[in-house]
Amino acid sequence: MQNTKTQETLVGLFVACGIAALFFMAMQISNLSAFSNHSSYKILAHFDNSGGLKVKSPVSVAGVRIGRVSNISIDTTTYESVVEMQIDSKYSLPDDTSASIFTAGLLGEQYISLEPGGSETPLPANGVIDITQSAIVLEQVIGQFLFDKAAE
Amino acid sequence: MLFFQNLGNITLSNFAKLGRSSFFLMHTLTASITVLPRPRLLTKQLYSIGVLSFLIITISGLFVGMVLGLQGYYILSDFGAEESLGMMVAASLVRELGPVVAALLFAGRAGSALTAEIGLMKATEQLSGMEMMAIDPLKRIIAPRFLAGLISMPLLAALFSSVGVMGGHMVGVGMLGVDDGAYWSQMQAGLDFQKDIVNGIIKSIVLALLFPGLLFLKAMMRFLLLKE
Amino acid sequence: MGNSVDSATEIVSIQNLSFSRGDRKIFNNISLSIPRGKITAIMGPSGTGKTTLLKLIGGQLYPDQGSVTVDTKNVHQLNRADLYTLRKRMGMLFQSGALLTDLSVFDNVALPLREHTSLTESMIRSLVLIKLQAVGLRGARDLMPNELSGGMARRVALARAIALDPMMIMYDEPFTGQDPISLGTLVKLIKEMNKTLGHTSIIVSHDVEETIGIADYIYVLSDGKIAGQGNPEQIRNSDSEWVQQFMNGYADGPVHFHYPAANYNKDLFEI
Repeated sequence: MQNTKTQETLVGLFVACGIAALFFMAMQISNLSAFSNHSSYKILAHFDNSGGLKVKSPVSVAGVRIGRVSNISIDTTTYESVVEMQIDSKYSLPDDTSASIFTAGLLGEQYISLEPGGSETPLPANGVIDITQSAIVLEQVIGQFLFDKAAE
Repeated sequence: MLFFQNLGNITLSNFAKLGRSSFFLMHTLTASITVLPRPRLLTKQLYSIGVLSFLIITISGLFVGMVLGLQGYYILSDFGAEESLGMMVAASLVRELGPVVAALLFAGRAGSALTAEIGLMKATEQLSGMEMMAIDPLKRIIAPRFLAGLISMPLLAALFSSVGVMGGHMVGVGMLGVDDGAYWSQMQAGLDFQKDIVNGIIKSIVLALLFPGLLFLKAMMRFLLLKE
Repeated sequence: MGNSVDSATEIVSIQNLSFSRGDRKIFNNISLSIPRGKITAIMGPSGTGKTTLLKLIGGQLYPDQGSVTVDTKNVHQLNRADLYTLRKRMGMLFQSGALLTDLSVFDNVALPLREHTSLTESMIRSLVLIKLQAVGLRGARDLMPNELSGGMARRVALARAIALDPMMIMYDEPFTGQDPISLGTLVKLIKEMNKTLGHTSIIVSHDVEETIGIADYIYVLSDGKIAGQGNPEQIRNSDSEWVQQFMNGYADGPVHFHYPAANYNKDLFEI
């Protein structure tokens, strides 16, 4: 029979470890820490086709993640896809930034890559990116390729 | 005709069992409240369920994480997606394996201990004795364990997952050369706090309610049967 | 139900009680009453359901027929809460002591006080020490039950049974398997406690000499019936053959040496 004090101490240690693990899960494993304590601003981009882009897909500049997609909707007049992005306030982008949808690896998930231009004026909050390149849809590319081959 | 009679009989008796278990669960839940003013009972059960399971949980978590890291790497590298290793390891641990393995270990440990203890207490007339002292055995034997299980299961599952993620990191990043930043950032990108972590915790709490609930029911049934 | 129960002199009244286990009838329509403040013994050979009778009185078992009234309350018609309230006023001493193995002697005796009263810890301490002193085990308060001898365990259980100052204590085979010294101690304790604390004692036993030495009134059970009753003198001089066989331990008598069987010779050569 272990005495009560040691037992209580060990139980305390166990509970502390468990709570530390929960904390670790929340902060390190999940995205709770990412962007939650940073302020961010919203920008928009219109794409002809947003492909497999999803809410929470990363937004990056030169391969560095600076934000994420917060909403994807459709513009009912032009039938274009409207992608909303939350960009970390730390980063400011010029107003002639262009956006492209790329795929990470051959089968990886899709993300938005921003290409800053040379303009001096920064893109304001709720600003719209005009120069966009839509997602490459693999079937279309293959279809095009086969069509070209057949035409030769 | 006999077939239908048997079928009916089985159905009815299963429903009766279900009803009894629900009553039992309810009774246990209400009894659990009465344990709170006696923290010493709870401490003891937290010790035997939580502290004594600590080592086995961390070791098995570490190895499960390492195995996931290794096998996941081989499969993902075929597609050039080894950066997603962190996400894969974390998702399978946090959402599925953590709660389930913790529940299994807990059920095995607490279940066998409980069955043995109830058997012993029956044989030494302790159960009868408690009843004659107007002390509800449910409150003293079952409720503290139940409560301890409810508290320690999410903690054990969290420990299991965390240690597993580190095990995956050891193998994936340390030995197989996945990028450290990618391991963590993919994990954070892929797992949602609300959807994955909180749900994982809820899952382990539900399992804590169910698993031992069933085991306790079995043990309790046995106790009732033994009770003449 | 419980007709003409004289609650001033009777504490337990059993009316027309029948109880069976499976096909076996343990009690067949028995009635008996236990006087308040006295030591009443219920005797009979093993397997006559003496312990079962205690469990019926304590409300742990339910009779097929008849009623058990304890202190004017019909035990088997009480709801759980009332039954528990009644049980707080009954102590029971089990054959093995039934101490909780995970608690020390002190905590075992303190258990009913902690569960059922809201006394302060220092009052509980004093009460427990008083009870332990009464059974002569104040010095053993820090031992665990597995460190106690059988006799000591029973004495601790006795201290626990009197912790709440019950109106009656039921002893289940208190003398079985004890060495002469602890036997003497137990006999003395039961007798003295009954006198000083003024509670009712019910002793279930088949140890004839010890029981007859302290009991005020004795019931002898056999085959689900009461074979004899009276004070020790009347029992000793009982004209019932059966009671005589039991009291004197004859190998053969109304209870045959042989379990009922087919004819011996026939059985042997039948193959």
